[in-house]
Amino acid sequence: MTSYVLRRVLLAIPTLLVMLTAIFVLVRLVPGDPASVILGDQASAAALTALRQKLGLDQPVYAQYLAFIGKVLTGDLGQSLSTGHSVIREVLLVLPSTIELTIAAVAIGLVFGLPLGVAAALSRNGWIDYVSRIVSLVGLSFPAFVSGILMLIVFAIQLGWFPVLGNASGSGDLASRLHSLALPALNLGIIMTAYVMRVTRAAMLGVLTEDYIRTARAKGVSPGRLVTTHALRNSLIPIITVVGLYFGTLIGNSVLTEIIFNRPGLGKLIIGALNARDYTLLQGLMIIFAICVIVVNTLTDLAYGLVDPRVKYT
Amino acid sequence: MSEAATTSVDIRPGGLWLAFAQNKLAWVGLVLLALIILLAICAPWLAPYDPLEQNIVARLEPPSAEFWLGTDSYGRDVLSRLIYGARISLFVGFVAILIAMLVGTTIGVISGYVGGVFDQFVMGVLDVLLAFPTLLLGLMIAAMLGASLENLIIAIAVTEIAPFARVARAPTITLRQRDFVEASRSYGCGPFRIMTRHILPNMLSDVVVMSSLWLASAIRTEASLSFIGLGVPPPTATWGSMIREGFENILDAWWLAVFPSLAILATVLALNLLGDALRDASDPKSRPR
Repeated sequence: MTSYVLRRVLLAIPTLLVMLTAIFVLVRLVPGDPASVILGDQASAAALTALRQKLGLDQPVYAQYLAFIGKVLTGDLGQSLSTGHSVIREVLLVLPSTIELTIAAVAIGLVFGLPLGVAAALSRNGWIDYVSRIVSLVGLSFPAFVSGILMLIVFAIQLGWFPVLGNASGSGDLASRLHSLALPALNLGIIMTAYVMRVTRAAMLGVLTEDYIRTARAKGVSPGRLVTTHALRNSLIPIITVVGLYFGTLIGNSVLTEIIFNRPGLGKLIIGALNARDYTLLQGLMIIFAICVIVVNTLTDLAYGLVDPRVKYT
Repeated sequence: MSEAATTSVDIRPGGLWLAFAQNKLAWVGLVLLALIILLAICAPWLAPYDPLEQNIVARLEPPSAEFWLGTDSYGRDVLSRLIYGARISLFVGFVAILIAMLVGTTIGVISGYVGGVFDQFVMGVLDVLLAFPTLLLGLMIAAMLGASLENLIIAIAVTEIAPFARVARAPTITLRQRDFVEASRSYGCGPFRIMTRHILPNMLSDVVVMSSLWLASAIRTEASLSFIGLGVPPPTATWGSMIREGFENILDAWWLAVFPSLAILATVLALNLLGDALRDASDPKSRPR
């Protein structure tokens, strides 16, 4: 068990290196001289030289690369060019609200998606199945910002049930926090529900035709027990895989959702960095997203063993 | 049966027909998509106004008999901009997917055919690319290259390469060991000829089927990037940038954001319906749905 976990964690290291290399290359794709892009056309030659030196742009590429990797591995993501604070600090300031939103979305997705998927699979080709398939396909077709804007117009502007501007300060009592969290979380949660439902339905359909289900049914196992312990438990592996893989999309969608509902978070940080041409902050955010994705992928792999004893930790 | 199991998809007219014969929703998707493509092609004849013509007197007019879908903050007709916007969305999506298909399939076939350490390395890199949030990858590339039509296409194409490579690689590995490939190799065919003449035609249908689903995702990414402001620069009408402008006026003029939102939804839904039906028809296991 320990050696399996260790090996899986070690496997994440080359992945991280590939990602870091990709980000390094990507950032160097900026057309022209990064220093003059950052400072604008009016910058003096002295300021340009100073910034180049500060960013290490006067070094040869391989030296820049090694310095970059070294800094990242020691937890130094540099300073934001626009605020002067360290990238880590900027991220830690807004991270809690992004995590709050993401967890709420995943919870909504699982609470509604799993039972709906099971119900659809059990009534295969019945009306529940048909309706839920169409609804989930529509849900999956919504780009997150489109559904967000439509929800904002209907529930916040026309009906006035929720605040339009969100809770920009992130303060206030629990009730007001939940109130401003509701719409953005629902927006992400509905898309997540559509996704989980679809996968659960497909996985359940696969399992329900297995021999052991027929055997269990013949032995007189009650329908409820049959679905939960026999069928659903065996469907969990594909569901976990897909939910893990969906994490990347969820991050992308939460960026759009935060912009629309004016919530503080990584999404607004990215847009701010884009508008301010703050390339160090952008680069730092990419690295943090990359690390998040790798961590979630590794956790996903480790979770297999929890639901399926057949996964051998050797 | 083993034939069908390894080369799965049949996109000869008969095979394609199956997708539509079994699945009524596929028709909905096809008709919807055809309408949208027609709208884009016939834009100059269908649009009631010039999409760029400003009319300060008629700013932020709600939908009326004169302006069916209202006007924006420059007094431009929303319907006309919507119709012209279809051109950009479809063009960017199609070209990006075409590029991703060419590059991704090439990588997948070569990687699967060569195998060994090379294959493992390529797939490792692609897995990383696949795991990274599509939107953020596109956003970074578009931000680094600068906002323009070409850069937008490049950014979206890069995000879709990895899925194509994966889909192309899997059948290549099975095909590589088939007798007819072995036979052609014994005739003295080089790897290039085997890959292009023997392997590629046998797996192309898998790739084509998936491309309609990924076209949907490409159009979604285009809209998202335009919404963020990394798409085709103004004043050109694109659905994403129209929603962005609508979002800025969301308190006074709901129609600005709603209609382009519905247009994107209809297009993506049409492609998803079509793609789902094609995939179901190509996968013998899911056929009796």
